[in-house]
Amino acid sequence: MSISREDIEKVAVLARIKVDDEQVSALEKDLGNILDLVDQLSAADTDSVEPMAHPLDAVQRLRPDEVTETNQREAFQAIAPATEDGLYLVPKVIE
Amino acid sequence: MQWDIVIGLEIHVQLATKTKIFSGSSTAYGAEPNTQANAVDLAMPGTLPVPNENAFRYAVMFGLAVNAEIGRRSMFERKNYFYPDLPKGYQTTQLEQPIVGPGYVDVDLANGETKRVRIHHAHLEEDAGKSLHEDYHGMSGIDLNRAGTPLIEVVTEPDMNSAEEAVAFAKKLHSLVTSLGICDGDMSQGSMRFDVNISLKPKGSDQLGTRTETKNLNSFRFMEQAIAHEVERQMDILEDGGRIIQETRLYNGDRDESRSMRTKEEANDYRYFPCPDLLPVVIDDDFIEDARSRLPELPDARKARFKEQYGLNDYDAGLLSGDAKLAAFFEEAAAHGKDAKLAANWIQGEFSARLKAEDKSVAESPITGAQLGDLVVRIADNTVSSAGAKKVFEALWTGENDNVDAIIDAKGLKQVSDTGALEAMVDEVLAGMPDQVAQYQNEEDPKKRKKMLGGFMGPLMKASKGQGNPKLFNEILVKKLGG
Repeated sequence: MSISREDIEKVAVLARIKVDDEQVSALEKDLGNILDLVDQLSAADTDSVEPMAHPLDAVQRLRPDEVTETNQREAFQAIAPATEDGLYLVPKVIE
Repeated sequence: MQWDIVIGLEIHVQLATKTKIFSGSSTAYGAEPNTQANAVDLAMPGTLPVPNENAFRYAVMFGLAVNAEIGRRSMFERKNYFYPDLPKGYQTTQLEQPIVGPGYVDVDLANGETKRVRIHHAHLEEDAGKSLHEDYHGMSGIDLNRAGTPLIEVVTEPDMNSAEEAVAFAKKLHSLVTSLGICDGDMSQGSMRFDVNISLKPKGSDQLGTRTETKNLNSFRFMEQAIAHEVERQMDILEDGGRIIQETRLYNGDRDESRSMRTKEEANDYRYFPCPDLLPVVIDDDFIEDARSRLPELPDARKARFKEQYGLNDYDAGLLSGDAKLAAFFEEAAAHGKDAKLAANWIQGEFSARLKAEDKSVAESPITGAQLGDLVVRIADNTVSSAGAKKVFEALWTGENDNVDAIIDAKGLKQVSDTGALEAMVDEVLAGMPDQVAQYQNEEDPKKRKKMLGGFMGPLMKASKGQGNPKLFNEILVKKLGG
């Protein structure tokens, strides 16, 4: 199975990764190889196998609904690039 | 052409847990920005989510209340998209195996019919933070206190066929989750948010039309307006021979207009996959039975009880039983006031009007059910007239005084119901109005006579300084004037 340049460009946009033309050609080949491997796997008969939700054969532990976290805003905001009035500042987002 | 309207809803319900769905951060509303956003909520490297037991308990209680199958084994997926108020770059949600499976809700409509709306499923997920787009030197401010607040997203089947039905269902759902105590129901603070899917099809056709989704409606009124608006927009397009584009729209309630947010072709590709940080959650019989034992009286049962216990009619019982807080207020007033019907009238009249005028919820009411009940007692035993009672209500509301009897005394609102004293006043007033008395006695038409009685009431109320019992005055007048 092959993957088109358009697919690669779209996935790069979704993942917010900058990919130039040269890299697209290389990715076309590499991702194509990976998808070929997936095709091989898909050929195996898995009709009687239940899809795996998690590699560990265990169930999730739940936590009691009690506040255990304290306010550590100062510590977290010390490593943020920009803050003001207790807010994290980010480049303007407009819908 | 005649069209059928087809509506399905997706409702985000904020769960009233103390902490977030995957961390022990508080969810209390109104805290200083980012003081309740900690390592897990901020997606710091090396953190792991641990689900909140109560979020599951509340979701299961909801499932039981809507007659749904409970997901014995439920899983979390990641829904990937980039937005600054979503620190992880994905929302942890449920796709393949939600906690609540198919169920239904029966909704009483205004025309007396009952409509069954099927629930497709409901799943647990986390809320995002808030973006503030006021100008911070050309940047946006992000408050992540809300990030990680547990939500259930309830998805209905497209079973509603008008704005009225959709709103009636939405109100019923609001009533259910507030009665269950799993959501505070405060829509102005975003505790319940509605997305509406709408399509039209030629009347009687079994082929569904292309739908649009109008997102993030946070009041019943906007929801009703947004549906009316969208139905009209689609109808105009279809009748002009156009076609509907599947898209997401935003409705601006203040301007009654909508605009396209994104079309399906450019819709986000969320690349869902199972969340490797979370194991499957197994819900056993004990957990379900424990949740069942916590179910309080639900709105339908409460409505039936209000009819039975207080003798309310269907309409009054429906109105007073829907909202859990209003229902509790009514029961307190009825217990103190002894006259449930009168208490019901005052709650639906003066009390509701006042709440609405000041945009307050029942919880924010300055008066208690007990105080209203005390007032009802004084109306019922004729201590105050209804005009006087309104003055007492006003004084209670403004906090001038919190005791009904003290207000009645202080404002001199006590009605005179001593028949002897009232008769003396009537004699005196009639003696001063011989012409009107003669005119009344010469009138043959009973209707006109009745009307003429009113002419004596003004002077009587004046003579009694407004404190004479109008009903007794009326009886005495009729007797004295010779019927």
